[in-house]
This record gives sequence, C-alpha cells and structure tokens, in this order.
Amino acid sequence: MSIHTSTATTAPKRLTSDAMSASLAREDQRVTAAPLGHALVELAQEDDRIIGLSADLAKYTDLHVFRDAMPDRFYQIGMAEQALVGSAAGLALEGFVPFVSTYSVFATRRAYDFLCLDIAEAGLNVNMVCALPGLTTGYGPSHQATEDLAILRGMPDLTIVDPCDAVDIEQAVPQLAAHDGPTYTRILRGKVPRVLDEYDYSFELGKAKLVRDGADVLLVSTGLMTERALEAARALEADRIDVAVLHVPTLKPLDEDTILRELGKDRLVMTCENHTVIGGLFDAVAHTLVRNGSGRQVTPVGLPDEFLDAGALPTLSDRYGVSTGKLVERIRAMHGAAHR
Amino acid sequence: MKTEDSTRATGERIPAETTVTGQKRLERIREAAFNIRSNALIQAEVQGQGYIGQALDIADVLAVLYADQLALRPDDPEWEGRDRCLLSIGHYALALYAALAEAKVLPAEELDTYASDDSRLPMSAMASYTPGVEISGGSLGHGLTIANGIAMGLKRRDNPAFVYNILSDGELNEGSTWEAAAVAGHHQLDNLIAIVDFNDQQADGKSSGVLGMEPVDQKFETFGWIARRVDGHDLPALLTALEELRAEEAGKPRCLVVDTKLGKGVEFLENREKLHFMRVAPDEWAKAHQQLKESYEA
Repeated sequence: MSIHTSTATTAPKRLTSDAMSASLAREDQRVTAAPLGHALVELAQEDDRIIGLSADLAKYTDLHVFRDAMPDRFYQIGMAEQALVGSAAGLALEGFVPFVSTYSVFATRRAYDFLCLDIAEAGLNVNMVCALPGLTTGYGPSHQATEDLAILRGMPDLTIVDPCDAVDIEQAVPQLAAHDGPTYTRILRGKVPRVLDEYDYSFELGKAKLVRDGADVLLVSTGLMTERALEAARALEADRIDVAVLHVPTLKPLDEDTILRELGKDRLVMTCENHTVIGGLFDAVAHTLVRNGSGRQVTPVGLPDEFLDAGALPTLSDRYGVSTGKLVERIRAMHGAAHR
Repeated sequence: MKTEDSTRATGERIPAETTVTGQKRLERIREAAFNIRSNALIQAEVQGQGYIGQALDIADVLAVLYADQLALRPDDPEWEGRDRCLLSIGHYALALYAALAEAKVLPAEELDTYASDDSRLPMSAMASYTPGVEISGGSLGHGLTIANGIAMGLKRRDNPAFVYNILSDGELNEGSTWEAAAVAGHHQLDNLIAIVDFNDQQADGKSSGVLGMEPVDQKFETFGWIARRVDGHDLPALLTALEELRAEEAGKPRCLVVDTKLGKGVEFLENREKLHFMRVAPDEWAKAHQQLKESYEA
C-alpha cells in the first residue's frame, strides 16, 4: 500500500512503504525462506510435544510452514491474543511445548497480563515467536514493536531472544524448546538473510559471542543490527578503523561475564539495537557496567524515544540512524573525534 | 468425590443406588456443602474478614463437584486421569481450600493458616502454592483461556477427563472471557464445562448495575455452547444439570450458569448489606457457625 498518493505525474517517484513485504533481505544476499517455520517442522518431527498456535497471523510469521506440514499439530485461535496465550498455557500444563506466533506489538501490548501470569509466573515452557520487531515495517506505530524489549525485560523468569538472521533462528528453535521455561523471540520472517555462518559462530541460548574482533571500536549488538554492525565493520576497513562486533542474541538473562570482559578492553563502545534506546540492550549493558563499577562511556545506537513515522524502510532506517550507512558515518565521526 | 474405580475417566457406570435422585448420594453432597461452609468460616475467622460471602455462595457448587462429579485422587493431586477444576476467581480461594480439605486433598488442620505468612493457602489461590489448585487466578478473565488449552491437550492425548472452570458474573466483563468462549465453540471443546457464579455482586456493586451481561446463558449459546441455568443452591438441580451437561452430545463446550446468594447458609450474612468484601465482627463468628448448623439441620 502506498501512503503517498501523489497526483503529480512529473514528480520523481518516491519510495513507498510496502505493507505486505515479508522480507528485509536485499536481492544480493544469501537467504533462507521462512527459517522459523522450517526449523519448527524439523524439531516437531522428532519431538511430538511441539504444538503451533497463531492468532490469525500464521501466514505472516512463517508459522504457515508448520501449519501446512503438520495441520493436526496447529491451532488457529483467531485474532484473540489473550486467548492465544491462555490456550498455550493450558497446552503447556498438559505437557506440550507450544510455539506461539503473532506480531510483537500484539503479544506484548495486548496480551501482557497473560504472558506474565499464565506463562511466566507459572514457569511454563511456552515459546512466543513474534514478528515485526522494532523497525521492520513501515506501517507505523500500530505494527512497529519499538518497545517490546522494554516491556518484557521486567518480567521475571522470561528468556528474551533477538536473533540476527536465519542461522540464529534455526539454531535457536531447538534450544528454546529444550529450555524449561517461558521464552520470547523476535522473529525475522520471509526471506531471511544468512549472515553468521560466514563467521566462527553458533547460537547458544544465554550467551553473547564475539563474532569479529577489532582493536579500535566495539559494537555490542543484538538482533538484525548485528548484520548491520558486521557490514559497517567491513566498510570501515577501508578507513583503517578496526571494529569488533559482540553479538548479544539473548537479552535476558544477559551474558554479563562476556560483556564485562569485552568492554574491559580499551576501545570505543557503541550498542546497536533495533529497539528504542530506552529499556533494551543499551540499558541492559549500562546497568551491567554501572553495577560493576565501570565508568566506561557507551554510545547507544537505536530507535529514538518517539512514535516512528510511516514510510519506506530504507528511508526510515536512514532517518532514525539505524541503517548500515548511518552506522558507518557515526562510527567514523566518533572515531575521528577520539583521535583528533 | 469419585475415586479411580468409580469414575467416568475409567468409563465405569455409576452404581444404581447413587442415581441423581438417590438419597444417599444427595445426603453425602449436602453434608459436604455443610463442611465446606464450615471450613470457610474457620478460615475467614483467622483472617477476621474476607470473601466469606462468596465462599458461602459457591459452597453448594463445590460440594457437587468435589464430593461427586470430579474424578480425583486425594493422595495424588496431579494424577493424569483427574478432572481439572480451574478457579478463575482467585479471591474464592477459601472456598476452594475448604472443598479441597473436604475432599482430603488438603489436611483440614492446615485451614487455619489461611492468608498467613508462609502458608500454603494464600488469600488468592495460586497453583504454585497449593496442592489441588490447578491455576493461579486473581487477574480475571484468564481461567477460561487456560481451560481451553487444557481441553485441547486432553483431547490430543485421548484423555477422557473433563476441564471445569468456575468463573464469576463480574468476570464476564473481561473481553478475554469472550475470546475464550469463541475459541472453545470454534474448536468444539466438548470436554469443557464452564460454571458461572451469578451472585450479582462485584467490586463496585451489583453486577447488573456495573455492566449488564444478561442474558448470560444465551450469550454462551450464541458462541456455540450448550448452556443451562439453575438455582445454585438447589442440590438436586445442580447435580442433574452437571450430570446431563457432561453427558451431552459431542461437539460443543458446556456452560452452567448458577444463580447464587452471597452469604448463603448463614442467615445474618444472607441479610446483611451485600458487599464484595463482607464485614464480620469478631463476636459474630460463633453465631455464624451456629446459624450454619441450624440451616443444615432444618
């Protein structure tokens, strides 16, 4: 859907927001289609406790792959997020391991009480797998989950995961099921880039991993921002700026030991997250540093504390400073200032 | 309560002398209802106040469930074949503890720890604290959504047990209750029985005045349920209704709306101003026990 309905025929064509576009991947990228759906099917073939549920968004969270492969293990709950989460709790009480999909905004804003009391307080193995985290749609605040991590980090016993790519998602799925407790994962859908298999990396629930080392700058990143951090690091090789990337896919519990170890080295530090700078990775890292007596300065890269504009994703990513290009500019400026 | 060898869960029929009209069976339920009320008074006295009005109004329903309808094993509250009875309305906890004590799931001597520090019997019922308590209630509108998932799970494993959910008329205000009602109807959860305690009282006043939800039984019917409505203190009617709802033809969830009276069984509480949180003076507990005994023996 175009939000700009210009009647001027001579005006240059502007980018439009595309509500139905499932994928963020560029055309030149290696991708995997619907990694969540396929990983879940693979897991469910071995583990008959796995059940899928969605609230009228199976098709838009890649859970339709599971639904179509195993229709008798899938429940369509309808557009009823409270009933969705409650049903999952009931199934978990009966020994099943539900994977539950909707959009992040609906899971967190509409069903919070149910996540909190029926799943987290009860300590149940229910796995929320939620699409459209942060700025991954140009549809506007109704669909942009820019504060989901802030909402959820205060919930006791909830494990929170923000995967970078298809590799993370594929490797996370069996670990989420194996974890005997509630989890919330921000899902990338459609054609999802494969990034991390180019590095000596594997996903481990609860662990932060140094994906790339570097002497000048450390980017502590989570979610899809790790892909952009790695791209920025490569781009800055031309400027002889040596950039390290610490990927923190599990926001809670936070791998404080690894973060403190990497931040103990003398480098410029930035956090990069696809989330408001309030209540997400930056706050979690700052909290860890302060509590451990570190006075190190950390610069947050993330979405502003605002309701974001509607529009085309490339436009918005630039506008809010979370595109690879803007990240490169920012690192370059910061590094330059530090060495003047 | 039914033990394993006399329960529907194992497919056994009920012995002839215990048919719905059988006096023996009714007498046992009546005695259980008295014991549940009596247990509730003991707990409320410890606390000095509380949800005694609601506990007394739901005692007859709990007696039919815990002394007759539910398959359960007192010494194994998590027995696979048990009927799951979910209390949405956490503040009815003292009634549930009273029933669990009557069913010998909880030791009766523990009742006077109700709502005390370090007790297994918190003021609002929570699954993590108390054997026999299936869910943590309190935040209303959750029970029926969870009951759906349990009903789905039981069906997946061909477990013939039933799920009961006791909810309140006030709880019908919550939109999630109706999300759950639609889901249960759509998924044909015919192993689910919702019991709505219509005592016409919620926190801010009469339920009909706070937010009118009538006609409750017809609302459930339009969501694809089988619904009945009975006097919640008429034991033969309650027993017959629950029995028949359980035996209804497959394909639909079932709802029983029970019209109840706050404070039922203790005359001066029945006649006291109806409040969500009823006040009872310290010197009135003995009188409450006395009036309860009189109403039982009448």
